[in-house]
Amino acid sequence: MPARLIGYRWLSLVGIAAVVLIWTVAAELQVVPELFLPHPRTVARTLMHITFTGYRGGTLPYHLAASMRRVLVGFLLALPTAVPLGLAMGYSRRVRAFFDPLIEFYRPLPPLAYYTLLIVWLGIGDESKVALLFLAAFPPLSISAMSGVASVPAERIQSALALGASRAQVFRHVIFPSCLPSIFTGMRVSIGFTYTTLVSSEIVAATSGVGWMVLDAGRFLRTDVIFAGIFVMGVTGLALDRVVRLLERRIVPWKGLVE
Amino acid sequence: MTNMPVLQLRNVDYSYSARSGVVPAVERLSLDIETGSFLSIVGPSGCGKSTLLRLLAGLLFPDRGEVLDDGQPVTGPNPRRGIVFQKPQLYPWLTVGKNVEFGPKMRGLPRVERKRLAEQYVEMVRLTEFAKSYPYELSGGMQQRAALARVLANDPKVLLMDEPFGALDALTREHLQDELREIWRSTGKTIVLVTHSVEEAVYLGTRVLVLSDRPARTLADIPVSFSTNGTRGLGREVKARPEFIKVREEVLRYVWT
Repeated sequence: MPARLIGYRWLSLVGIAAVVLIWTVAAELQVVPELFLPHPRTVARTLMHITFTGYRGGTLPYHLAASMRRVLVGFLLALPTAVPLGLAMGYSRRVRAFFDPLIEFYRPLPPLAYYTLLIVWLGIGDESKVALLFLAAFPPLSISAMSGVASVPAERIQSALALGASRAQVFRHVIFPSCLPSIFTGMRVSIGFTYTTLVSSEIVAATSGVGWMVLDAGRFLRTDVIFAGIFVMGVTGLALDRVVRLLERRIVPWKGLVE
Repeated sequence: MTNMPVLQLRNVDYSYSARSGVVPAVERLSLDIETGSFLSIVGPSGCGKSTLLRLLAGLLFPDRGEVLDDGQPVTGPNPRRGIVFQKPQLYPWLTVGKNVEFGPKMRGLPRVERKRLAEQYVEMVRLTEFAKSYPYELSGGMQQRAALARVLANDPKVLLMDEPFGALDALTREHLQDELREIWRSTGKTIVLVTHSVEEAVYLGTRVLVLSDRPARTLADIPVSFSTNGTRGLGREVKARPEFIKVREEVLRYVWT
């Protein structure tokens, strides 16, 4: 078993190495102009440069911190609102009838479509960005909590009632913990979508953030900065997902082991 | 042991709505379940025996007629009537010990008292060394024993069991039958067992109720005594006796018609 795991990990590394190799060879041979495809060495150098010296008034850690703050504030505001609302929607038909159409209406909208409106209402500062990310983070969380309630086995609830639990106790001690695996799945989707929306939020009137950095670099054809920025965003996205997965493994170790 | 009925059904009708219309599941069923008895309920699959158990549990309510617990109408699930389902339905976020403690905790018993109860019943089902394990670390048979302990920790008057051993392998099933028999004898609980194993019904019951195909009516009501005169560990031997086989075949004939 461990031998096989190592085998797969090794394959993943080979895949990554192959892409980097092809990239390096293509750059060395100048298959396309340097402007379109910067050499890996150039990208690495740029990465070092923007990390320590900075890009247009801010270092990479500064931009990254600005972006993370927006994503995390948006997400952490959505978590304690969307999850309870989703649980309530799963538990009560009335609550669902009231909120479901509203969430379902705005959920498929492209965030940029209503972002301009948020800017008109909340200004060009971080408030409108955080509001946009909050709205992006919200539906995956509420929907997963709602469907979590719906998928609690009826007999699990009945057995709790027959053991003497009140309705309120059933909700707190049985339904809520039963929904945790589903909520964690929702958290991973939510963080991912919020992070995707981040770049949209930094298109307008931003002077900081990794999304802004990449967009700004595009206007000056600084492809090396674009490559470096994308690399950083990718790694950060993976790290965010990894954090949620670690929490998941600690908090719901039974996930996938019980039907 | 008195002969007072603990649970009673009086002229109970129950039907449910399906795609094809209203399906009568139970019709004009009356039944007295005596305190301390072990009632086995058998019948063709889908005949409404689980519906009957749920009516007794207070998870379903009759369209007509009454379900009485000690003479009082049943208004909902109650810890007086513990339920064991085919799936153990243990809470995966709680250890075995905490699962067993669940009922006493919900009923507001002091911590020390419920710890003591949990220990006592975990020991009764011989899971003491697994008290700190999580349900998914246990085999199916051990999970079902934990579910039994969880219900017993509430000290119910009646144990309602819906195919409790149906998902277990044959050998585990036989072991658990013997354990249940022992628990029934030592605690004096009233047990209602729904099963589709006629052998199990005859082996464990003091009375076997055979239900007809839907809508469920009583086809036969047979007193049996193999649970009271055998001794522990003799399960296989009892089931091979000619008199056991004779009763088993008699019950089977009703089920097959």
